[in-house]
Amino acid sequence: MKKSILKILLNIFFVILCIVILLPLFWIILNSLKTNQELFVNSLAMPKKLQFINYVKAWEMGLYKYFGNSILVSSVSLVFILALSSFLAYGLTRFNTKGSAVILIFVLGGMALSEQVALVPLYKILKAIHIYDTYFAVILPYIAFRIPFTVFLMRSFFISIPTELEEAAVIDGYNSLQIFTKIIIPITKPTFASCAIVNLNFVWNEFLFANVFLNNKKLQTIPIGLVTFKGDLRIDYTATLAGLVIASLPLIILFLCMSKQFVRGLTAGAVKG
Amino acid sequence: MRTKKTTPYLYMLPGVFMVLVFVYIPVIFNFVYSFFRLSSYSAGKTFVGFDNYRRFFSDDIFPIMLKNNFLYCIISLIVQVGFGTIVALLLESKLAVKFKNVYRNIYYLPALISITAVGLMFTFIYEPNMGFINSVLKVFDLPTRSWLGDSKLAIYCIIAMSQWQFTGYITLLMVVAFQNISTDYIEAAEIDGAGPIRRALNIQLPLAKEQLLVCIIITVIGAFKLYTEVYATTSGGPGNSSQVLGLYLYQQAFLHDDLGMAAVAGVFIFAITVVLSIIQIKITGSGKD
Repeated sequence: MKKSILKILLNIFFVILCIVILLPLFWIILNSLKTNQELFVNSLAMPKKLQFINYVKAWEMGLYKYFGNSILVSSVSLVFILALSSFLAYGLTRFNTKGSAVILIFVLGGMALSEQVALVPLYKILKAIHIYDTYFAVILPYIAFRIPFTVFLMRSFFISIPTELEEAAVIDGYNSLQIFTKIIIPITKPTFASCAIVNLNFVWNEFLFANVFLNNKKLQTIPIGLVTFKGDLRIDYTATLAGLVIASLPLIILFLCMSKQFVRGLTAGAVKG
Repeated sequence: MRTKKTTPYLYMLPGVFMVLVFVYIPVIFNFVYSFFRLSSYSAGKTFVGFDNYRRFFSDDIFPIMLKNNFLYCIISLIVQVGFGTIVALLLESKLAVKFKNVYRNIYYLPALISITAVGLMFTFIYEPNMGFINSVLKVFDLPTRSWLGDSKLAIYCIIAMSQWQFTGYITLLMVVAFQNISTDYIEAAEIDGAGPIRRALNIQLPLAKEQLLVCIIITVIGAFKLYTEVYATTSGGPGNSSQVLGLYLYQQAFLHDDLGMAAVAGVFIFAITVVLSIIQIKITGSGKD
């Protein structure tokens, strides 16, 4: 009896928390489906007719372009983050190389350096090598800043692979690259998935570098595009809200589909960004 | 494995090169820049010694932003880490609620939205005329405020927004830590007749203390890297009332073209975050190999 009352109270507490989290989001979605006039008269009322046109407007006003840029920047960054990090982790863990301890400290030390501290010199460097205000201006720093963390994650899995597998492969005449692609990668696939998701979460939402290194509207990614977009749509509030909803959807959908990999990746290395 | 001596280094080279060129070198340059006066449009720079540091620490904004960063830090520790952990304990309690994974995922939802989008959403929620909060207050005939437009309230509004966004993230991290505790310990405690509170204090929290420490550290580091939240809502205003270190750095560099001052702010952020980060790397690395 006492237990079931406690259980009900606990559920009420959890539901109240859910409301606190969901209510602001619900209000945003509700108003993204109204006319601007309806929004100003009463932002708490239901729309008379659902204005899906706001979503079309937001998409056509430039959001599609920012989306495309984000997909391009994220996928190129992700491929290189995973490739370079896995090579690095492979070289560190599978060969008993001299100096690998020093290299490991050097690479992991990169995790302690925050983006802000590098911001101003990076800006100068990117200008000096003439890639400021191109896709590379964000892609290269993204790759570099995510390698330490990704190596950190991958290394702990690579270490646990038994050497017998490699020894057998060597007898079969495999070289080190074949061992990497045919043995290491297949058995650490889940690790790659976790790393991909955590890094995607970072790159997709990154704002500091994108805001400084991408000036050209045509190159901007979603987070910085949203700020530009809000400025462009100044008085069209409901279309802006629709744009915010569209921009938030991809990662939420991904999370709902792959929450297992998400949780594993996030907890393996917690960094807030 | 029998390979040429150079082979492993070839695997490591591209990654190490990237980290060296785009992470370490800029950070080292930042220290150098902090002793110079320089602009983003010209290559020339003048050595000024510690003058940038003197200007930074004597700037009227310095105590304001330090206060704001500390406020953000302390409130986040209480709400995100403190309350977030309590929620995680409740989700993992013996009463085992049926929908606990659904609750956990809902709490985590805001952390998936970019900080920019959340910031822009909350400029609507705090909007004085048709915004969500004032609309609700009007329904109950309560006095409305201008929230982000009020120099006393602005920073608290931003902090509140962040608690909304990230508490569920800490809860998620702690839930997983609690789930990793062997059930043997819990059962042993039960046989000893430990109640839920004693179980939490004597078993669950001590056994998850590494994750808890990591949560504390990432929250503190996050508080001193704070930037996007403020940029997307108040840009440091009204006046400089919601100014923070990260945004100040950006504004000095790209609004006032004073890269030396920005570099000093960078050194200051570095000093606060680097030690904490190293401790975090040590903790998270220790259990694995």
